[in-house]
Amino acid sequence: MSPSHQIVDEGEPHVILPGAAHVPTGTASASSALVPVKTSRTIAAILRKELLVELRTLESVPGMSLFAVSTFVVFHFALNRTTVSGDLAAGVLWVTLLFAAMLGVNRLFVADAEQGGFDGLLLAPVDRTALLIAKALTLGAYLVMLELVAVPAFALLLSPPLGTGLGGLVAVLALADIGLAAIGTLIAALAVQTRARDLLGPLLALPLLVPVVIGAARASSPLLAATAAGASAHAAWPATRWLLLLGLYDLVFGLIAYAVFDFLLED
Amino acid sequence: MPRPTLRTLSVLTVLAFCVYLPLVFFYAPIEAEEGFVQKIFYLHVPLAIVTLCGFVLGGLFAIAHLRTRDSVWDLRSYVAIHMSLIFGVGVLITGSIWAHASWGHWWVWSEPTLVSFLIVMLLYATYQPLRFAIEDPERQARYASVFAIVAGAFVPMNFLAVRLSSSYLHPRVLGSTSNLPAPMGYTFLVSLLAMALLFATLCMYELAAKRTRILLKSRSRILGYQ
Amino acid sequence: MIELDRLRRDYGERTALQDVTLSVPPGATLVVFGPNGAGKTTLLRILATLLRPHSGVARVLGCELPGEAWRARGRIGLLGHEPLLYRELTARENLRYHARLHGVPFQRVDERLKAVAMGARADEPLRTLSRGMIQRVAVARATLHDPALLLLDEPYANLDPAAVDLIAPLIGPSHDPAHPRTRVVCSHDPQRGLAEADLVLGLRAGRVAFVRPAGEVDSNEIRRLYR
Repeated sequence: MSPSHQIVDEGEPHVILPGAAHVPTGTASASSALVPVKTSRTIAAILRKELLVELRTLESVPGMSLFAVSTFVVFHFALNRTTVSGDLAAGVLWVTLLFAAMLGVNRLFVADAEQGGFDGLLLAPVDRTALLIAKALTLGAYLVMLELVAVPAFALLLSPPLGTGLGGLVAVLALADIGLAAIGTLIAALAVQTRARDLLGPLLALPLLVPVVIGAARASSPLLAATAAGASAHAAWPATRWLLLLGLYDLVFGLIAYAVFDFLLED
Repeated sequence: MPRPTLRTLSVLTVLAFCVYLPLVFFYAPIEAEEGFVQKIFYLHVPLAIVTLCGFVLGGLFAIAHLRTRDSVWDLRSYVAIHMSLIFGVGVLITGSIWAHASWGHWWVWSEPTLVSFLIVMLLYATYQPLRFAIEDPERQARYASVFAIVAGAFVPMNFLAVRLSSSYLHPRVLGSTSNLPAPMGYTFLVSLLAMALLFATLCMYELAAKRTRILLKSRSRILGYQ
Repeated sequence: MIELDRLRRDYGERTALQDVTLSVPPGATLVVFGPNGAGKTTLLRILATLLRPHSGVARVLGCELPGEAWRARGRIGLLGHEPLLYRELTARENLRYHARLHGVPFQRVDERLKAVAMGARADEPLRTLSRGMIQRVAVARATLHDPALLLLDEPYANLDPAAVDLIAPLIGPSHDPAHPRTRVVCSHDPQRGLAEADLVLGLRAGRVAFVRPAGEVDSNEIRRLYR
C-alpha cells in the first residue's frame, strides 16, 4: 500500500462553476488537490453570516444602544446636571460608549462558542485570520450603529455645546472605534473560552482600553467646551497629538491582534 | 540542594544587598528638599524598573512559548509575571509612601509613572483569574501567552498615553532620574543591580519549586499513587 | 489514506490517547469501538485536524499533521455530536455559509437539501426543527464538499429508522478508485458497526485494545471492551 501515490491523484479539484453568485478562487498548489478559498471571500462570508444572525436575534445593537441612553439618564441624576461641557461631557460620553461596547464584546463570540461555529470554520480550507477581520468589522459596525443612536441621545439629554465640533468628533469616534474593535475582538475571543466569560471580558478589556479613553476623551473635550459667548468659539478639530496616539494604538494592537489570533483558535 | 546557578545567584544577591543597603543609608547624600525620606527613591524606582522589565520579559517568554510549544517557556512566563505582580505591589506601596511624605497625599494623579503603574497592575491582576478560568492545561498556557504578549506590548503604550495626558502645571512629585549627582547615581545603579538580582533569584527559586512539584507529580503517577 | 504511528495526545497530566498505531487504506471504513472516555472523540478530532498530536506521527490524506494540516482541510468532513449549525439561521442559510467557506457552488446546497429530504423546510430557522431534522441538515453540511475522508461520531443516534435509511447512502463508503471515500466511524452498536467495517479499532482508556480486519473480530470481543 503506498498511500502517497494515491493521495496525490485522489479527489478532483473543487473548481467553482462560473455563474454562481460567489466564485471563490485561489492559486492551486502543485501537490494539493484542493483550491483554497480566497481570504476576502471568507471575510465576506463570515460578515454576511454575522449580520444575518444579528438581524434575526437583535441581541447586540439594540441592547448596546438602549444601555447607552439609560446611562445618560443615570448620569443626569448622578451628576445632578442638565448640561455638561468640556472635560465632563467628554468623560460622560466616552465612559458610556466604553461600557456599551463591553456589552457588544461579551456577545461577540457567544453564538460561535455555543453552536459549534469555531469548529465549522476550522474545518474549512480558509485563512483563520479572516475570522478576526470579519469579527472586528462586525464589532466596528455595531459600534457605529451604537454611536448613531448614542451621540444624538447624548446631545439631546445632556446638551453639550457641539456645533462645529461635530466633524472632529466623528474623526475621534472613527479612530477610537478601530482600537475598540481590534482589542474588543481579541479579548472577546480570549474570554469566550473561559469559565467566567462575562466577567473576564470587561476585566481584561478595560485596562487595555485606557489609552483609547485618554486619547478620545482628551481629543473630544475641547470640541465640547462651553464658551462665554456660547457660540462656536471652541475648537473644531481635535489636537493632532491625540489623533496620533489613537492612530498609534490602532496600528500596534491591530498588528498584535493579527499576529496572535491564530493561537486562540487552534488546539 | 539548590543547583549551582541558584546557589551562585543567591550568594550574589546577598552580597549585592550587603553593599546596597549601607550605600543607601550612609553613602548617598540626604536630598535638600525632601530630606531623609527621599531615600525611598532607591527602593521605589529600582523596584519599578525591575517590575516593568519583568512584565515585558513575561511577554517575551510567552512569544517563545508560542513558537516552540515547549511548556518550559510558559512556566518561565508565568513566574516572571507572578513575581512582577508581587514586586509591583511593592512599587505602589513605596510610591504611595513617598508621595505622602513629599506631598501629603497618599495618591497623586500628577505623577504619570505611578499612574501608568496602577493601570498596568490592574491589567496584570487579571492574569491569574484568566488562567484559573481555563481548565484545559494546554489551552490555559496558550491563552495566557497570548495575554502576556498583548499586555507586554501594552506597557510602553500605556506609559506613553498617560505621560501625554498628565498636566504640565504640576511639577512631577518623584522627580526625574536623569541628571543625578555622582554619589546618588552610583547608589542608584547599585540599587538597580541589587533589585534585579533579587528578582532573578526569587524567580529561579519559584521555577525550581514548580519544576520539582511537577516532577514529583509525574513520578508518583507513574508509581501509581494518583 | 490514514497512517498513525504511536500517536499521543495528552490532556494536561492525563493521557487521552497513547501509542495508537494503525493504517487505513483509501476507500476503507474504520469502525472505532470503546467506552466513553476511551479517546474515540479525541481520535476523531485529531483526524479532523482540530486537535494537534502531541507526539507520534499522523498522516491524513497524505498530509502530515499538524504541519500540513491546512492541505488536508476541505477534503475532510466531520459529523460529530454537535451539528455545527447556527440555530437562528435556516438550513439553506447555514449550508450556503458552509458552501462559501468551502468554495462549493450553491446548486450543491440545493442538491444536498433534497437528498436529506429537507427541501420543504429549508427556509425555516433551525431552532424550529426537531433534533432528527437538524441531524439530517448536519449530514448535508458534512458531505456538502464531497469529502475524501468522512469522520462520523455515532451518526445514527437521534435518528428514526426512516431517517437512518435516508442518510445511510449519503455517508456510506465509496470504493471508486477515482474518488475513494475513506471513513472513520465511532460506534456503540457492535452489529451495525461490524457490518460496515473493513477495519475495527477497539479503544480502552486511551490505548489500543485491538486493531484488526472486521472479519477477524466478533461482537463478544467488542462487548468485552465495555466491561
